[in-house]
Amino acid sequence: MEYKLTFDQYQKGLDRGEFLGLRCNACDTFTFPPLGTCRNCSGTDLEVTRLSGQGILRTFTVIRVAPEGMNPPYVVAMVELEEGAWVIGNLVDINPDDADMTLIGKKVRLGSQMVKGDIFSACDSRVITFSLIAN
Amino acid sequence: MRQVAVLGVGMTKFGISEKTNLEMFAEAGLEAITQSNIEPKDIEALYFGNCLGGFEEGQLHMAPFAHAELGLPLSVPATRFESACATATVATRHAALLVAAGVYDLVLAGGTERATTMGTSFATRTFAMASQAQYECPAGMTFPGVFAMAAHMYANKHGIPLKELKKHMAEVAVKNHYHGSMNPKAHFQKEIDVETVLGGMMVADPLQLFDCCPFSDGAAAVVVAEAGKARDLVKKPIYVVGTGQASGGPLYLQQDLTRVRAREASVAQAYRDSGLGPDDIDVVELHDCFTIAEILALESFGFYDFGKAYDAATKGETALKGKVVVNPSGGLKAKGHPIGATGAAQVTEIVEQLRGESGPRQVEGARIGLVDTLGGDFGTVCNIILRS
Repeated sequence: MEYKLTFDQYQKGLDRGEFLGLRCNACDTFTFPPLGTCRNCSGTDLEVTRLSGQGILRTFTVIRVAPEGMNPPYVVAMVELEEGAWVIGNLVDINPDDADMTLIGKKVRLGSQMVKGDIFSACDSRVITFSLIAN
Repeated sequence: MRQVAVLGVGMTKFGISEKTNLEMFAEAGLEAITQSNIEPKDIEALYFGNCLGGFEEGQLHMAPFAHAELGLPLSVPATRFESACATATVATRHAALLVAAGVYDLVLAGGTERATTMGTSFATRTFAMASQAQYECPAGMTFPGVFAMAAHMYANKHGIPLKELKKHMAEVAVKNHYHGSMNPKAHFQKEIDVETVLGGMMVADPLQLFDCCPFSDGAAAVVVAEAGKARDLVKKPIYVVGTGQASGGPLYLQQDLTRVRAREASVAQAYRDSGLGPDDIDVVELHDCFTIAEILALESFGFYDFGKAYDAATKGETALKGKVVVNPSGGLKAKGHPIGATGAAQVTEIVEQLRGESGPRQVEGARIGLVDTLGGDFGTVCNIILRS
């Protein structure tokens, strides 16, 4: 069975400013980032769909000891999208030293930025970013 | 299914080693074989764990070389297991399953890791390879980062001020270093205090250096056998009465990081297998890769309600002479964490505890012990329940 939404297609979506995910025709669950099957019911009747690109920040950390090739400090966060899926990315437009517990529950808008792959990566890739939306 | 027991166990000292992965594994494996009153030629299969040999020594396909080091017969299959930090637990569980199924009578399982050859920055990179490479790694995710996010979520969900939670997390490190100070094979054998933990360098907010286990070198191995055979060979076989293993997928599917769903599923299998429950467990070796991880595990096991285990170490409930003794070896935190070996070292500690051989850190009257290992960012959890 052909893979519905490949990493390459997902990346091309990010290039265009689109957040491509999968909607399950059986249970209406959104799977994002994509998987081979619906994350809720394992169904394969999936449709590629554009997500709103907005969500709520659920948790975060400031990475200060980083993998080789990264430039700490930077903020990694998990966001719950309006469509229910959760995604990992970098909170940008904030001084990492100002990141504290008050971030949790804040509304964010998704974006993406290019990250250079290292010798172990298959390619350069776009990574999801989050920016706080003023309430 | 046949009854299964652990005969001999063996482990190297954990820490920084000049020995190769294979040399360390040979030491641990031969110790386990000797203690089982058998010879290498009696072993019918080798389930060998290693995660990062390719980066540590430029060595893949280490299992047949480990086989040669031990002098196992040509017809004995040697197979590598890799489940990140849960590698050797998964190898041991599969040894137990195949013995239970009647495929083999005697299997050697374990693992080895030489993480310190990589240095902190490169090791942080290679460890992060156990996170999803397309959708997680490029954000610069690290393992401390994963558990740091869990700690923030825990504080928020249960309404505990972060500063207070951090003090209780520090008590987990203090307790495990206290236990480690009594373990001559531990990476760190020095006691620390709360001030040391709270004064440490920040690794991933809110986790500081002493909230984190070290990168370690070491190996551990166990001989798993059919119970009848075990009783013929050794005085005190320790029985494998339940196992579990579950798979959680990538971190973005976990959502609530205060609940390790794979652990809840895995330990439920082990409880069901053994007919035992949380109240029956006397001693636990659990996956305290970070201080918050110990708190999450205690809740997943059903020892505490969700949101209630955070001050267990502070109250002394998990230390020697406490309600349920957690990580008497010093845990990953103080004993060290050579990831491919860790699970077999946890089994080794529980087996020695149940035989009553743990010296100053002996848990009095321990009869039933639980092993718990988590691999990756919540991707794999494996549990083994042992009984004397």
